[in-house]
Amino acid sequence: MPVLQLDNLTTNYKTSRGWVKAAENVNFEIEKGQALGLVGESGCGKTTVALSILKILPQGGRIRGGRIVFDGQDLVPLNDGEMRKIRWKGISIVFQGSMNALNPVFKVGDQIVEAIRLHEPNVSRQDASRRAEGLFEMVGVEPSRIRNYPHEFSGGMRQRALIAMALASNPKVLVADEPGTALDVIVQAQVLQLMRSLKEKLGLSMLMISHDLSIVAEVCERVAIMYAGRVVEYGDVEAIFKEPLHPYTQGLIGAFPSIEEKRKKLTSIPGQPPDLLNPPKGCRFNPRCPYAMDVCKEKDPQLQKVGSGDHYVSCFLY
Amino acid sequence: MTSVSRDELIIQVEGLKKYFPIKQGFFTTILSGEGANVKAVDDISFFVKKGEVLGLVGESGSGKTTTGRLVLRLAEPTAGTIRYKGQDISKLSAREMKPLRKEMQIVFQDPFESLDPRMLIKDIVAEPVRIQKVAKTEDEVEERVKQILREVELVPPEEFMHRFPHELSGGQRQRVAIARAFILDPDFIVADEPVSMLDVSIRAEILNLMLALVQRRGSSFLYITHDLALSRHICDRIAVMYLGKLVELGDTEAIITRPLHPYTQALIAAVPVPDPSSKRIAQVISGEIPSPINPPSGCTFHTRCPYAHTRCVEEIPPLIEVEKDHWVSCHLVDISQVN
Repeated sequence: MPVLQLDNLTTNYKTSRGWVKAAENVNFEIEKGQALGLVGESGCGKTTVALSILKILPQGGRIRGGRIVFDGQDLVPLNDGEMRKIRWKGISIVFQGSMNALNPVFKVGDQIVEAIRLHEPNVSRQDASRRAEGLFEMVGVEPSRIRNYPHEFSGGMRQRALIAMALASNPKVLVADEPGTALDVIVQAQVLQLMRSLKEKLGLSMLMISHDLSIVAEVCERVAIMYAGRVVEYGDVEAIFKEPLHPYTQGLIGAFPSIEEKRKKLTSIPGQPPDLLNPPKGCRFNPRCPYAMDVCKEKDPQLQKVGSGDHYVSCFLY
Repeated sequence: MTSVSRDELIIQVEGLKKYFPIKQGFFTTILSGEGANVKAVDDISFFVKKGEVLGLVGESGSGKTTTGRLVLRLAEPTAGTIRYKGQDISKLSAREMKPLRKEMQIVFQDPFESLDPRMLIKDIVAEPVRIQKVAKTEDEVEERVKQILREVELVPPEEFMHRFPHELSGGQRQRVAIARAFILDPDFIVADEPVSMLDVSIRAEILNLMLALVQRRGSSFLYITHDLALSRHICDRIAVMYLGKLVELGDTEAIITRPLHPYTQALIAAVPVPDPSSKRIAQVISGEIPSPINPPSGCTFHTRCPYAHTRCVEEIPPLIEVEKDHWVSCHLVDISQVN
């Protein structure tokens, strides 16, 4: 049974001009100990999906349909008090922009202790503090540094501290929103290496959100490609890399040149992502798609299994 | 360090330094005898050939942006010379620089910040023409604006000229910034991370556009970036910076396939490869770039270098040419061995 399963999740944002269809009918599942990469450009709805899972959507955001099944339980109908028991112990999140996610006026260790004691009130301050040191050791930061303030940390250390904080109450699922994006390549590689080892050591399930396919390829077994609020391709990461089927996925892979390839002309996808207040009819990629047919402008394609392996695509070409 | 003749060079930089003083307490200044400095650029030398694309690569804090600004005299160098077409421009006044500004332009990183929100696209693009007074009539200005907008594929130009920057997408804004930089047909262009703020699917489009504009005019191009994978596909040569110093310089293929400096090797190893079947056994070096206020002694990379020995702590390695056009600054690289 999957640890986390999204079943036709639809999240919209209410604005004065109507509903922004940020995520529509999103389906995927994550097995225990597995990592799923959620990939797409900015504005494709990947962060909305993450915030929906924890039900921490900003004002105006509403889950308008579907189910989020965590450990056999649907999270959508839960109220705030019930969700609080899921957050951190069940599912926790590492936010985007590690530089700003820590409170600058509190010591890093105290922020972790606060998180632990809020979710497990019967843990003493000393025990929580000891646990924070252990967490620091696990993510590769000198344990004595829990007494430092965030500004005394480098970018990479802050990212590690945030990961430590997210792991404070032994969650089953870790959601990581663009880990390492604002970091330099070498530090980013260090963080990815850490994520991979944590996944193996702790048997952690992960949802990793990124705009960079190559980052996902380093850590995840499976990947879901999102475009304009929908999952367009989904399945085993190697199958999708070897044989990308959706024209958008093909374009996205082409847009990321590999350092291992000889010099070539870079390719791109013409046009730009649609306005999600008024998305195009039919397949949302049809205005940019080189293979668009009449049916693509009329009907919504559904995610369908192709071939014998773990590979799903939502496109009328197949 | 020239193995090419002077007429082939557009930019030639020697011993360039830029120190930013830090404000300290009165007593600290008196006790230490001198003010502390951030050594953003510390004694670098390189050149840009006519018509080539030189990539300046490094992590944040390596001094690559400062170098780009120094070369255009947008920042005052602390020491060193910058020659543009053979002329030393490092001490020219703003007035003396003005005619040269026609020939050297820059495209900034963030198209959301680099365009004045209160100016029309037409006026943004026309500004260099007006400042340099190269067009006689207002009609001529408009004609030039239309022409360059067509060239950056903002078509039809009439539709974009009378809009404000906020009405455009990120990619379109960067096209406006590019149009502004190219309207005077410059000979030398600096682009500081021109695509890092844009969506991945349109990055290639913008880069291809810039390359086409550069090639059509035979201009030279200094491309500042942290993205080694992209630089492999667009640069003729690559210069790698670390903590204000040049550590390696050479033809793109040589740098990527035969990197000699341990830092370049680490940078290349750290680039994620978009192919899951090649899951590399990551050999990631530890630590992060140290503070440029108190850079490590000797080779500044020795604190993170897996091969560092005592000489690296004591002596600054010189930049030496180990094979034709391939320069490296490392004590480990023995010329006799490479040759």
